Amino acid sequence: MTQFLIRRIFWAVFLFFVATMVTYLIFWVIPANPAALAAGKSATPADIARVSHFLHLDEPIWKQYLRFVWNLLRHGSLGESFVNRQSVRSIIEQDAPVTASLVFGGAVFWLTLSIPVGILSALRPRSIMDRISMTFVLIGISAHPVWIGLILSYVFGYRLHLTPIAGYCNFFPGTVGAQCSGPVNWAYHLLLPWITFMILFAALYVRLVRANVMETMSEDYVRTARAKGASQSRVMVQHVLRNSMLPVVTILGMDLGLALGGAIFTESIFNLPGLGQEVIKAYNFNDLPMITGIVTFATICVIIFNLIVDITYGFLDPRIRPS
Amino acid sequence: MPPALEVKDLTTRFRTDDGIVQAVSGVSFSVEQGATLGVVGESGSGKSVTFLTVMGLVDPRQADVTGSVLLHGEEMLHASQHRMREIRGVKIGMIFQDPMTSLNPVKTIGWQLEEAVLIHQDVSKKEARRRAIEVLKQVEIPHADRRVDDYPHQFSGGMRQRVMIAMALINNPEILIADEPTTALDVTTQAQILRLMERLQQEFRMAIVMITHDLGVVAELADEVIVMYGGRVVEQAKVNDLFAKPEMPYTWGLLGSLPRLNSSGGRLEQIPGQPPSLLHPPSGCPFNPRCEYVMNICSEQLPELDPSPVGDDHRYRCHLDDETRARIWTQKRAAMVSEDAA
Repeated sequence: MTQFLIRRIFWAVFLFFVATMVTYLIFWVIPANPAALAAGKSATPADIARVSHFLHLDEPIWKQYLRFVWNLLRHGSLGESFVNRQSVRSIIEQDAPVTASLVFGGAVFWLTLSIPVGILSALRPRSIMDRISMTFVLIGISAHPVWIGLILSYVFGYRLHLTPIAGYCNFFPGTVGAQCSGPVNWAYHLLLPWITFMILFAALYVRLVRANVMETMSEDYVRTARAKGASQSRVMVQHVLRNSMLPVVTILGMDLGLALGGAIFTESIFNLPGLGQEVIKAYNFNDLPMITGIVTFATICVIIFNLIVDITYGFLDPRIRPS
Repeated sequence: MPPALEVKDLTTRFRTDDGIVQAVSGVSFSVEQGATLGVVGESGSGKSVTFLTVMGLVDPRQADVTGSVLLHGEEMLHASQHRMREIRGVKIGMIFQDPMTSLNPVKTIGWQLEEAVLIHQDVSKKEARRRAIEVLKQVEIPHADRRVDDYPHQFSGGMRQRVMIAMALINNPEILIADEPTTALDVTTQAQILRLMERLQQEFRMAIVMITHDLGVVAELADEVIVMYGGRVVEQAKVNDLFAKPEMPYTWGLLGSLPRLNSSGGRLEQIPGQPPSLLHPPSGCPFNPRCEYVMNICSEQLPELDPSPVGDDHRYRCHLDDETRARIWTQKRAAMVSEDAA
């Protein structure tokens, strides 16, 4: 187990360096001048040169990268934004809970919908129920989240006044400077974003669950269970479900990790101040520390969730349990 | 006393997108308590489907089944789902071809054995576990009391097949259906498993149906044999009669294609052509497109499963007259014997 963990962590570190290095390389290749953007519209060339020196942009890219690594390792700092000199780390700490609320809440929604629907579809392939859910899947996969989000926001928020049109409320009551707060307001404001997320992912997951359950039901050991005289419900619960959920856990881990790095579309439509919004802002200003910071955070999320998946997998499947 | 298992005129048709697949057509046979029936045929001859139908394991949404399956005189084809579940695993145990995939990979062996007990008997978990260990000992698994907590992947193929046998026997069934139980195993393990089944049959006094394409297995274990081809029984005999005087050209082909100890190392003899399509079966005798001795009548009329001149318990489907068949078989046997002698 320890050896397994050590190997995993070694890989995580390696991945981290690859991801951040690639970010720096891309930044270096893009023909843009962040110093000019940071210095403002009426800056003289001398001002820009000063800003450039101040932000270390006049240094070679490898030196900038080493500076980034050094700051991270030595001070746990991700640097400061080119644009407003705020600490990148504090911005991420402020934005991450918003994105996490969206992603985890959305995951609860899409899993509670897609697992039962997927199983029912698999049990009765080609039935009315299966056809309806497969139609839903097709729509969910084809429709863009921006479109889904806007439609939802228009119908339920603007027309029916059932939900807010956009905006975010803090989960913890009494947050300083927030317009609204508290769990109820939080959930109320996130309802539409969650549903948007759900429609997109549930479509993928219904298909995934259905395919896996159907495949597992044709396994030899399921036939063995039937030959033992097990009832349909016993066969499903004891023999099919656990085996068919293995691939779902893998994909879920990857999706959660990725989505935490920024659910860009959904956050933009509903004006949620999360990491996705921050990424868009940072791209517009070529704000390298901000972009690198979020890439670093996303990488760490993906790595951590993959680690969790590996450990969960060990519990679910004795064949890969590290002993 | 009625036979342990009696199947009459069993037909299984699968509805598919391409049409109706005639997997089993009018199959009849019976197995006495304590006896062994060998079922021989190549892949796609309908031998597995026949017994999946007997077990009620074909999906009624895809398959139409007619005929009759009597278990000690009780009709099973129209039994309720509930009654079928009581029969499966208690009166009939079944083991399958591939022990590597026939056990649930995420449950321990003990759990899977206990499940078989707990489904059918109102006993404590502890008692079920005791039974599990006991039956593992009966199938000669070393350190059964420790290995009961292991997972399937910690066992070899032969050991897994022993576990499968243990699972099929744990409720003392009257009939054991073994669907190619040794096909996926290496030769020495095959022999061990066959020995084990023989021993257990004597201990448990059960009827065994041995589905196989290995004539060696049949010669060793079976009392009676049915040869299946294209979803039909084409020959049926006591095991000694079948090997001494097979009556049907397909059976000749099967026997002729066996490898011989001292043959000159040439190619094995084979039956030319492909097994018949069950979607578009040939008219008349199912073997006629591949038969060396085919006559006009063979593609027009299906020969009945007639008794041979020797006796009632040897039956076969063939349009050739007795004299011709006797002549051909004498020649064939002479050829085999001279080859053996060479």
